[in-house]
Amino acid sequence: MKDKILEYTTRLGDDSLVLGHRLSEWCRNAPFLEEDLALINVSLDYIGRARMFYGYAAELAGDGRSEDDFAFMRDQREFSNLLIHELPKGDFAYTMLRQLFVDVFYSLFLPRLAESSDETLAAIAAKAIKETRYHLRRSHEWTLRFGLGTDESRERAQRAIDQLWGYTHEMFDLDALESELAEAGIGVDNGALKAEWERQVIAILTEAELKLPQEEWAVRGGREGYHTENLGQLLNEMQSVHRAYPGLEW
Amino acid sequence: MSRSDTLELYEVFLRSRRGLDHKHVGSLHAEDPEQALEYGRDVYTRRGEGVSIWVVRSNDICASQEDDSESFFDPSNDKPYRLATYYQLPDEVDNM
Repeated sequence: MKDKILEYTTRLGDDSLVLGHRLSEWCRNAPFLEEDLALINVSLDYIGRARMFYGYAAELAGDGRSEDDFAFMRDQREFSNLLIHELPKGDFAYTMLRQLFVDVFYSLFLPRLAESSDETLAAIAAKAIKETRYHLRRSHEWTLRFGLGTDESRERAQRAIDQLWGYTHEMFDLDALESELAEAGIGVDNGALKAEWERQVIAILTEAELKLPQEEWAVRGGREGYHTENLGQLLNEMQSVHRAYPGLEW
Repeated sequence: MSRSDTLELYEVFLRSRRGLDHKHVGSLHAEDPEQALEYGRDVYTRRGEGVSIWVVRSNDICASQEDDSESFFDPSNDKPYRLATYYQLPDEVDNM
């Protein structure tokens, strides 16, 4: 069971790190200074979360690996993040709509994980819930601004929704490992969150006068290590310093 | 479009601890008061500096002008009797 919790914890760490790094690409590139700081706060929340998950994973592994080894010494095929986290930052509407989808997801997922019988996972989740509530407040408001703003902001938001929608389904899949942990009261049954997630997302999009895409398509594979080309590029950049100077500390 | 076309300037006031007054800490740009409050949180309380934030549109502040300082403030300079220390207390009054 310990190996399975290790695998599960690593997945959650991968989700947080990859999205946190993606958001960090907005540093000094955001539309204006205030938003730059706000967005990087969110990025740092995710990177902090990744550290907690990897720290616990390292403890469970007990083989001398550190959180840094989990972040910097694994290849693309070993990363098991859900694909929606690795998609490029796109334009600002794309980034914020992705946030809306994942923020609503985490606002449902984390309270469940906080009830995990695994005390460490429960504690990490309990800490992250507060951050996520704030993230969702931001992405909700931005969605309204886009949808009810100018023609251009509405078009860009709608385009982002259409491009992202097919990546949201994967968040609610469960493989054998996740089913087993959910049944054991350690992991979360993501499938059970889907109806409420859809209800909340549709309510916000409707409020913003934006539309759900008609087409039905879905991309999956992140949990098994099958990624889009974007992850390789992200890891290349993120891991380059650590790989060039292994074990360097400052 | 420059940001001054769409964003307004807000002044930010922060209460650092319960029981203290809100103090002016700076200003920022935002689209509306709600967003100004959130940016106030993100820009000025990242290291746990506050427990309460006020924001107010800079345009809504009525401020004294440099030109007014003569008529506003100088007259009090020659009226020391407005200060408690101007008065000599009788010995019988130990503390006031």
